[in-house]
Amino acid sequence: MAEYETFTYDVLVIGSGGAGLRAAIEASAAGVSVGMVCKCLLGKAHTVMAEGGIAAALANVDDRDNWQVHFADTMRGGQYVNNWRMAELHAKEAPERVRELEAWGAVFDRTNDGRILQRNFGGHKYPRLAHVGDRTGLEMIRTLQDHGVHRGIEVHMEICVLALLKDGARIAGAFGYDRERGRFKLFRAKAIVLATGGIGKAYKITSNSWDCTGDGHALAYHAGAELIDMEFIQFHPTGMVWPPSVRGMLVTEGVRGEGGILTNKNAKRFMFDSIPENYRSQTADNPEEGWRYCTGDKNARRPPELLTRDHVARCIVREIKEGRGTPHGGVYLDISWIKEKIPNAEEHIKRKLPSMYHQFKALGDVDITKEPMEVGPTTHYIMGGVHVDPDTQMSRVPGLFAAGECAAGINGANRLGGNSLSDLLVFGKRAGEFAARYARDNSLGECDNGQIEIAVADALKPFEHDTGENPYSVQRDLQELMQHNVGIVRNEAEMQTAVQEIQKLWERARHVGVIGNRDFNPGWHTALDLKSVLTISEAIARAAIERKESRGAQFRDDMPEKVERFSKVNTLIAKADDGSMQVRLEPLPEMPDYLKRVIDEMR
Amino acid sequence: MSETRTAVFKVWRGDVNGGEFRDYTTEVAEGMVVLDAVHDIQRTQANDLACRWNCKAGKCGSCSAEVNGMPKLMCMTRLSELPLDQPVRIEPMKAFPIIKDLITDVSWNFRVKKKIKPFKPRPPDAPDGTWRMKQGDIDRIEEFRKCIECFLCQDVCHVLRDHRKHDEFIGPRFLVHVAALEMHPLDTENRIDELRRAQGIGYCNITKCCTKVCPESIHITDNAIIPLKERVVDQFFDPFGWIWRGLKRRLDRAAAATRTAGRKR
Repeated sequence: MAEYETFTYDVLVIGSGGAGLRAAIEASAAGVSVGMVCKCLLGKAHTVMAEGGIAAALANVDDRDNWQVHFADTMRGGQYVNNWRMAELHAKEAPERVRELEAWGAVFDRTNDGRILQRNFGGHKYPRLAHVGDRTGLEMIRTLQDHGVHRGIEVHMEICVLALLKDGARIAGAFGYDRERGRFKLFRAKAIVLATGGIGKAYKITSNSWDCTGDGHALAYHAGAELIDMEFIQFHPTGMVWPPSVRGMLVTEGVRGEGGILTNKNAKRFMFDSIPENYRSQTADNPEEGWRYCTGDKNARRPPELLTRDHVARCIVREIKEGRGTPHGGVYLDISWIKEKIPNAEEHIKRKLPSMYHQFKALGDVDITKEPMEVGPTTHYIMGGVHVDPDTQMSRVPGLFAAGECAAGINGANRLGGNSLSDLLVFGKRAGEFAARYARDNSLGECDNGQIEIAVADALKPFEHDTGENPYSVQRDLQELMQHNVGIVRNEAEMQTAVQEIQKLWERARHVGVIGNRDFNPGWHTALDLKSVLTISEAIARAAIERKESRGAQFRDDMPEKVERFSKVNTLIAKADDGSMQVRLEPLPEMPDYLKRVIDEMR
Repeated sequence: MSETRTAVFKVWRGDVNGGEFRDYTTEVAEGMVVLDAVHDIQRTQANDLACRWNCKAGKCGSCSAEVNGMPKLMCMTRLSELPLDQPVRIEPMKAFPIIKDLITDVSWNFRVKKKIKPFKPRPPDAPDGTWRMKQGDIDRIEEFRKCIECFLCQDVCHVLRDHRKHDEFIGPRFLVHVAALEMHPLDTENRIDELRRAQGIGYCNITKCCTKVCPESIHITDNAIIPLKERVVDQFFDPFGWIWRGLKRRLDRAAAATRTAGRKR
């Protein structure tokens, strides 16, 4: 019989980034008891890394902006396989969610008349991103954290969840351990909100933290929820490439929003040669117009550097593959050139992009006000995740909700920059609201001791083989495999290999060993994270195989075109009764006419 | 490119019952930071070596430790800045109780913050519920809001580190937090009384150690603590202030009485 401490809440939120905090605040405001578990310390979740801004059609800078334009931009960016209802709710509710942050103490950069300033970003027709320099994520998480701690939310820091527990079909609790001492904890709850973020640690080159191991995706899947769109991984076009220790670290799209240009080793601005047909009418065809756009000229069209991330990343890969890359295998991103255009360029860059200036200066010995940066794609974000009801965010498991990056639907095949922070707020709030409602309407489920005993036995197994394989080796081999076989450019054979190799890695993961005891033991923690990261890696590979076309973030060199029959479907993954992973195509819900008209008008 | 070389790291290993420095040797590659070395050691030689980290980009403030005796973010400390002909000493922060190896119990900081009165904005300026603020009026608190809560300033502050005044003094981090609230153009809360009493601002004798170690280069002492001290002095210790406030209270009361009387008529 395992020993553990028990906590009981109406609503349990798993994850403490933007979505988790916003959900917890909302549930608490609804008057139910709320517990929150974070894998790290409070305020350190990956939201803190978001740089560019929060997309919301406030129309403070360009009064032509409204929810319809934001909706159409989001759908176009997602190649129309987004869930239309989520895209609609997101575009309509984002402005209110941003204004609410201000009421809670957030301090955004201002327009001349004292309103929230908005900046340009890829795929957004008008300047739309509310921001604070290039540290918007920090402002957002700190605001939510400081507001949240006064709302009676009970926060459990440095807890990892091992399994979700069910009472029949519905959710009943979560079982995990504290990282500090390795003690087991049972969290009983009427409703659970998953807000665990991303999966970047399945890849070798990533902008993500150690804790982005897809826990929510995996927990939901093993508890019987469905995952959709798992093939769509966003490779951010601009990560640092040199020195090796910072490879993959994010370089904000804000650099391009402020006028930064991409060039190859021949000093050619290559993006002008690759403007896709559906973006031609809204993209500048000469550098002069592009620059005017970045300085706020409303009659200018945006420069091609601000095309969607999937497209820019692929163009960069092409330049590198065809031998036009930089010495360290990237391309150049140059913001220093704006000194030709404005006086005080150096001060301007430091004020608009302070973290980027600091990051390159401190870690790369590059002064971005004087010389170009070297950049290349980095694994950044997963569009796929838990399949949820668009209004309530509940999965098919009664009482289990998901919001933010670990949920799916809003982004389709590619996410626009800035839509993530607004997604966290809009759907975090909705998840919290409906989880609280569910908790009020339902009683507490019973937690099954059998499920707990299995979780405990699995968790302690690595201590039984202390001569077993090093868990870090398994993790590293998986990251290499995913990077090479299910990366930016994919094909059938490599992905089939990946699926087979993942089975072998599962076998190795079952035999890893750890040294030391249960007190804060990173080797053990890494061993336990393998279950999540292997589960989602398999889901990504299987979904990518199933989508036999190229669309948005999925690019297959064996099937480089879009295929009509995949234009109205999502890939859907679920665990079969025998424990195997099943994948199928699920038709998208039909879009109502009033939204079709919005899209037609914005073409 | 430089050829491969190695460096020795003396890493503190232990827990609340005590510990010792242990030597580990790793290869040094170009651009490497201290956290890379710790990860290398963790991956290849000591799977159970405990260290906190998240972003590895100087933005989350998790990997705080003391490197060669200086409070540092391990992810932003380049090996090229350190004399590698000698071993590099890495040990946990000193102002907080040890948990294991490089990890300390920083939960005190979260308890302190919870006690600070939350933001309380004035009523919105516009009918749509929004406010107007000039960029010039928020520049100074944007500096404070850059804080990543790494707690290095708390670690180096002698009031906490040496004198262990954790019950009477909130430390530089939270004085910066109070400054960000107090100087927020929209905030209406009175924070001065608490600063003097519960938050112990008087303990700070502006040695500026906190400013020196701040990885975000926040001018903690000059821009946050000294202006707060001035406000405390203005409210509590300025004799002209006492007289003026007493006079003003009386005048205000008289004016209010006149207004009330006027309405009655």
